[in-house]
Amino acid sequence: MRVLLTLPIVLPLLAAGVSLALFRFPGLQRMLGSVVLVAVVGTSVAVLVQVEGGGVAVTQLGGWPAPIGITLVADLFSAIMLVVGAVMVLVVLVYAIGQPGNDDISPWFHPAYLVLTAGVCASFLTGDLFNLFVAFEVMLSASYVLITLGGTRAQVRSGMTYVVISIVASTFFVTAVALVYAATGTVNMADLAGRLADLPEGVRTALGLLLLVVFGVKAAIFPLFFWLPDSYPTAPSPVTAIFAGLLTKVGVYAIIRTQTLLFPTDGSSTLLLVLAGATMVVGVLGAIAQDDMKRILSFHIVSQIGYMIMGLGLFSIAGLAGAILYTVHHIVVKTSLFLVSGLVEHLAGTSLLRRLGGLARRAPLVGALFLLPALSLAGVPPFSGFVAKLALIQAGMAIHAWAIVGVSLLVSALTLFSMTKIWGGAFWGRPEGGDVDPDDASARLRAPQLMLGATSGLVVISLIIAVAAGPLFELTERAAGELLSPVAYTEAVLGR
Amino acid sequence: MIVSTAVVVGVLYAVGTYLLLQRQLTRIVIGLALMGHGANLLLLLAGGRPGRPPLVGEAAEGPGVGPIADPLPQALALTAIVITFGVAAFLLALAYRSWVIGSDDQVEDDVEDRRIARLNRGDQGSAT
Repeated sequence: MRVLLTLPIVLPLLAAGVSLALFRFPGLQRMLGSVVLVAVVGTSVAVLVQVEGGGVAVTQLGGWPAPIGITLVADLFSAIMLVVGAVMVLVVLVYAIGQPGNDDISPWFHPAYLVLTAGVCASFLTGDLFNLFVAFEVMLSASYVLITLGGTRAQVRSGMTYVVISIVASTFFVTAVALVYAATGTVNMADLAGRLADLPEGVRTALGLLLLVVFGVKAAIFPLFFWLPDSYPTAPSPVTAIFAGLLTKVGVYAIIRTQTLLFPTDGSSTLLLVLAGATMVVGVLGAIAQDDMKRILSFHIVSQIGYMIMGLGLFSIAGLAGAILYTVHHIVVKTSLFLVSGLVEHLAGTSLLRRLGGLARRAPLVGALFLLPALSLAGVPPFSGFVAKLALIQAGMAIHAWAIVGVSLLVSALTLFSMTKIWGGAFWGRPEGGDVDPDDASARLRAPQLMLGATSGLVVISLIIAVAAGPLFELTERAAGELLSPVAYTEAVLGR
Repeated sequence: MIVSTAVVVGVLYAVGTYLLLQRQLTRIVIGLALMGHGANLLLLLAGGRPGRPPLVGEAAEGPGVGPIADPLPQALALTAIVITFGVAAFLLALAYRSWVIGSDDQVEDDVEDRRIARLNRGDQGSAT
């Protein structure tokens, strides 16, 4: 079973090479991509099952023992993220294939998409700080290609911002790795967990903050979020959806991993809680000011990241379990909302709210597909967002962190407000110009089956999360327990 | 030796940061490359004092053989250099594309953001 952990990384990478060679045959590319991503989902589930039953799984690449060799580790947290990530990547690929006119989607879409998958999986599985940098770079390089795929003026402009910000963050990452290595002489995370604890307090804090800044840029937490609402909305819809759902959450994963394993604190972290609160408030206020559906949703990504950081900042098992549950819920719901906005854009030709209108009558199914995840995002019971927010708020009340609990409740209300703004602007009323009567049968819009199917699939998954919240929360609680007492992790990696 | 290298790293970061804050894309690309060089040099610096021999094999145990250089930071730096190189190439291609489309290489403002700001200044109600 030692091969198992490498499969989610190796399979898409190999397939990306083959896909590149097949650039003249879009049909074959599509088939290859789908088959490989199904295999990735399969192996990810296998990893989760193995980790759930048999504890932390470790593979030492090349047979060199840690800390000399490169280690792949899967604990419950990474296995959960891996499964959710793999499913999202597959669903969005189906959506992308179902998009009409995809013949003119560039032949480089599939190779880049597969490389992106490999990078995401590698980020979740690596147990080595430098290898995490490499995984980030693999993922980001592919994302640079995907975000500028169309080569239009808007894409080049916003892609430039995205690329430059990402490269600056990556340079800081290399700097952080160099400083960590100079201070401790290792880059293996399990080994680092022990050695960083011996460092003087000042050095340790400086390294921790530098890594927080690096991952904070990737995760778009306050005050490092400004690039996100500018760059995401211009990309093609499927690309925006997968970026919105997954990429920032890889940053969140890295923050949670490093802060719990390398820089653990005794109680709740005031710094992280302040950052979390500011991220929530600024994100949601930005969203309220916007007029474009995709931009509103992009600002909401920022706002939601705050909730995950809040769970981490509480630094209790309940808080972290809530954060993991929230991340899972958020990935599913956010991706489906962006897929719906892609559908709206496809049907009505725009995502500007002042031009849209009457879609609830003209495309009722799309309306329903928007309404369910939107209510879930705002945390209305009985949807998955309610369960996840409840877990976080209970964790906050358990340690009397009233301020952050209050802020998170207020932000939920504002989220609901801006969701109703989208609903009112796009799904009710009449489109700009008023020459279309939404009640007229001839004004009905038909969305392509495959796109609708992929979106509905995701919405159903988010409903399943709400129904299966009990067992899921037990699982995330176990994952959080592993994160807070990483003995099992370090023992499994270092073999002692 | 190590102080002079550290100073070079600092200068590379400083110049890189300065260039990064300019509006011309070419300057930004050069700034990023310089910062990348600074980071790679820092990685090398993390390996210990310069001037030590690289890996010398089994004879390293014998008498009269000094400490050897740590090979890991060199491997890390090599990886980082390749990544910096690839990304810089992509960035140059993007800058070229931007020049072809807009016939200048200034970084533009966020158009939609400007529009929203104008809306809010002009009429508080029309944004909703």
